[in-house]
Parts: sequence; structure tokens; C-alpha cells
Amino acid sequence: MGTLKFLIEKEFKQTLRNSIIPKLIIGYPIMVMLIFPWAINFEVKNIKVSVVDHNNSVYSQRLIQKVDASKYFIINNITSSYNEAMIDIEKNHADIILEIQPSFDKNIVKSKRADVMLSANSVNGTRGLLGNAYLSQILNDYSAELRSELAHTGVPSRQKMSFISTIPQYKFNKNLDYKVFMIPALMVMMVTLICGILPALNIVSEKENGTIQQINVTPVNKYQFILAKLIPYWIIGFIILSIAFVVVGLLYGIWPAGGFLPLYVSSLIFIIGISGFGLIISNYSATLQQAMFLAFFFILIIILLSGLFTPIASMPKWAQIVAHSNPLSYFMEIMRMIYLKGSSYSGIAAPLLSLLGFAVGFNMWAVLSYSKSNN
Amino acid sequence: MEDNIIVKVSGLTKKFGNFTAVDNITFNVKEGEIFGFLGANGAGKTTAMQMLIGLNKQTSGEAFVAGYDIRHESEKIKKNIGYMSQRFSLYEDLKVWENIRLFAGIYGMKDKEIAEKTDQLLSRLDFEDERNTLVKSLPLGWKQKLAFSVAIFHSPKVVFLDEPTGGVDPATRRQFWEMIYQAAEDNITVFATTHYMDEAEYCDRVSIMVDGRIDALDTPTNLKAQFEAKDMDEVFRKLARKATRD
Repeated sequence: MGTLKFLIEKEFKQTLRNSIIPKLIIGYPIMVMLIFPWAINFEVKNIKVSVVDHNNSVYSQRLIQKVDASKYFIINNITSSYNEAMIDIEKNHADIILEIQPSFDKNIVKSKRADVMLSANSVNGTRGLLGNAYLSQILNDYSAELRSELAHTGVPSRQKMSFISTIPQYKFNKNLDYKVFMIPALMVMMVTLICGILPALNIVSEKENGTIQQINVTPVNKYQFILAKLIPYWIIGFIILSIAFVVVGLLYGIWPAGGFLPLYVSSLIFIIGISGFGLIISNYSATLQQAMFLAFFFILIIILLSGLFTPIASMPKWAQIVAHSNPLSYFMEIMRMIYLKGSSYSGIAAPLLSLLGFAVGFNMWAVLSYSKSNN
Repeated sequence: MEDNIIVKVSGLTKKFGNFTAVDNITFNVKEGEIFGFLGANGAGKTTAMQMLIGLNKQTSGEAFVAGYDIRHESEKIKKNIGYMSQRFSLYEDLKVWENIRLFAGIYGMKDKEIAEKTDQLLSRLDFEDERNTLVKSLPLGWKQKLAFSVAIFHSPKVVFLDEPTGGVDPATRRQFWEMIYQAAEDNITVFATTHYMDEAEYCDRVSIMVDGRIDALDTPTNLKAQFEAKDMDEVFRKLARKATRD
């Protein structure tokens, strides 16, 4: 135990004396939490619509106003020629064409059918698809509105219409705010980058400086050496997360619904695991360049296949298998559950156990792959 | 006087593929002596030394350092030796006293003992003003003296020095050898490789490696007589001429 004290002391002195790392520890979580929740956002807004109005009636104009009033759409152009609207699409001035047929007003009163045609530019698939869906929603609303108006004004209707309406209820994230969804994931990403890459570079830089040789001729114990390397990163991870929790709470009013304790417990397990992973990389690399490349290679893969940006359920089968052997996906799941759903230990038990497995596995590998002799 | 032998090497060999870096070397180092381990670049000195201190595994042969077998007792050997590598390898981003404290701590010394001995060392080296200097801003000569002091700080039985005076000016080299003599007086056996033949004269005994083999081993005086040379430099050149390796 005595040796460990001296080794940890050394790691802390070196870390604090580093010209970048202490600043990074404070600055990074604040910056990430300040900027990214706004930027990384999959909500589709400001869809540009070119309207081709062949009808030009009171009804068609009310529809156009309704579309314009929605926060999702910007009316780009109102014209009477479909070709002109197509040119807007080609020039990327419009995402969707809403074509209102000449018989729109007659049909909507007579047969309660809205004669419109939607054409979406699918170059940006998400935008086109979602725009289409939103626009259809507005059309439905509008026709329902008209129907009830007409019913009041006494225009005879042949039969009573029965409605089946679906009203979605979003639990845990009531307003479907993307920020709420992304924030726990961003915290995970941040911890992965800092606690995964920095240890990877640590041992390798000792190899490059030659200092590791001086350590290797001492009777230092492998476990103590590895532990002394890891403990500072565990603490750094905790500091980063704590700063992020506070920034998010103060800025967005989002506090972990499941309390801090399960959050810290699962974070500790994840940080132990991912820093062990970093050490494995450094044990196998001879130069900083190799370690950098290996670290980025793997961290890119585990971030993209973790469910951070795209849901795991919609990945192809093979990618789902990769995602399920990815510690990041489990931690992401836990973070979202604790932060948004307020899950307790029983709720997160399964992913937590998986994380524990990764932590044990990675660290055993790290200790085994660290060799005190050259061959 | 078998019990006085601190490093005992017999038939030690190291092969890297087809290349035999160290070829069946046998020698003994006696307790308290200054043993010069000479050889041209690439003769296999560093590899041989690395096998003795547990940084490299031998292909065949055996060796005992401080009574422990290098095959499976290398961690016990490491408790009893000091090492100073060819390349400066203390922590540049730690201060002078912090480097001393770190390595002393790793060898199991206690805080109080470390503090006292650090004070003694710094005053003996006339180095007190540099106590809080980061090692990276020390001149090379001082770095080497510090590295040597750290290597013998825990009073090892043997200290292995791999070209300790490479790139150091003559005055500092002299001081360095005074430190080596001091260590030998304190009963630390010194095992040193060097390129400087004047330094070979300072050693009690000298071995000269050529192409992975030890071609000569004796006191400098006897070697000079044996090779009919006026100084060690001539001995070395006569032997090195036989080398076939590039």
C-alpha cells in the first residue's frame, strides 16, 4: 500500500502540472452542456414550403395561413404554377410543394375531401418525410375544423361521421424536448472521451519518454502501477460529471429524476471500465500516434453504435449485436433512465450488471497486457 | 571466495530470430568492485544488462544477481539493484525532490527516512538551490548526476549504469566518477557500460564484448600487458578490429 501512495502522488502532480488538462476538466463540461443541447437536435423546423394555389379561394387561403402559422413551416412562395414551385425545389429554396387543386373549396364542402397534393424533396430524407407528416396533420386539423363549422352552419351532411382520434401522450419527456433526451447522452459521450482517451495516452507517453523503463526496473507491483494510473481519471470523471449536473440543472432546470446516488454509482462503474479500456490501448501501442489512432478508431465506433444519435432498435441486426457488446450503450440507457424516468436500482439492475462485467473484464485485460519486460 | 560473488553469469545467450545479440557469455562480478562492461555499439552490452535486470528474458543460459535467479526471481532482484538507463529517464515534469521521493517510495523507504536522506544528498551534491527545480530545466550533466543519485538512493547491492556519461563534459564526467567511487566505498557494486576508454582505466576489472561474446576480461593493467598496448584505447581497438558485425 505504501508504494501506491507515492505513485498516486506522482500522477496527481503530473496531471495538475499539465498545461491543458486542468483547464479541460473545468472548461469541457461547461462548454459541452452549454452548446450541444441546442445544436444536436433532430427536431425538424423551418421546413420551406412552396404553395401552388390553383384554387385561390377563402378556404385555400385559410389553409395557407394555417400552414404559415405553424412553427415547423415557412411559406417560401405562393404561385399558381407547379413548374415554378419545382424550380424552387431544384434551387433548394423549398423542401415541400403543397399543391391545392382547383376544386379544393367545392370538394371540401361537398364531399369533405381536401384536394391537395404534397410533393417532398427527399434529398434530405428526414426533412421531407417529417415535413410531409406534419403537413398532413395540419390538413387533417383543418378539415376537421371545417367540418365542425359546416355542421354549425347547417349544411346537411348525409351521415354522422365518427372519429377515432389518437392523442399521443409522451411520458417522461412531456414536451418531446430533444434537449432532455440528448443531455444524458452528451454526459456519457464527454466522460467517454476524457476517461477513455487520456489514459490511453498516459502510459504511451511514459514509453516515449523512456520513464517507464525506470519504473520497470523497480520492484513496483503491476496492480499498483495500473491502479495509480487509473485513480486520477476516476476523479477527473467525477468532477466533469458533477460540473455537468450542475450546469444542466441551473441552465435547463433538468435534475436527475432518480436522484444522485444511483447516478454516481453507475458512473463510477462506467468510468472504471472505460479508463481500463484506454489503458489496454496504451499497453498495445508503442507510440502516441498509434495510441491516438487506436483510441479514436474504437471510440468513434462505440459512440456511433451506442444509441447516442440513432436508436439501437432501428439498426440492422449485426449493428445491434455490436451495440449490445458496447459498454456505452448500457451506460447511456442507465443515464437516460435515471435522468428522465427516475428509475431506481431495480430498474437499472440489468444494464448495471453488464457495465460491471465490462469494468472487470477491461481492467483484468489492462493488468494482464501490461508487461514489465520487453519480451 | 564464492560467497563474495554478486553477479554470476554462465552461458547467457539472447537470440532475436536468427540474430544472436548475446552469445554465450560467462563472467562473475565480485561484491564491491567497479566492473566495466565495454564493447562497441551493437556488441550486445545493453541487451546483456537488460537480461540481468529483468527487462529482457534470456534465450538460454543462467545468471544470478544478488543471489537471485534471473529466470523467475526478477522481482526480488529488482528490490536489490539500482539502474540508470542510457537515456535519461527520470520524470521531467517532477521537481528534483519529487523524483527522489517517488523512487525512494517505490523501493519501500519511509517518508521520514526519505526526507532526511534527501537533505543529506542535496547538500553533499551542493544541489540545495535546485531542490524545487523541475528536472526538465536542469543541464544534462546535473540530470545524469541526479539519475545516478536516485539509482543508489535506496542503497542497492548492485547498481547497473548504461553509458552513464554519454554526452557529458569532461569536468562533469570526472565528478561523476568520484560519485561512482564513493558508491563503491559504500559497498555498492558498480556494473557500468561505457564508450570512454579513459573511464575503463578507472574500473577494477573490465570485460570487452565483441559481436555478442566476451573476448577479454581482466584488470586494465593485465589487459594492457596481455595485448601489449600502452592504454585501454589500444586494447579496445585491437579487439574491435576482429568484429564482423556492422
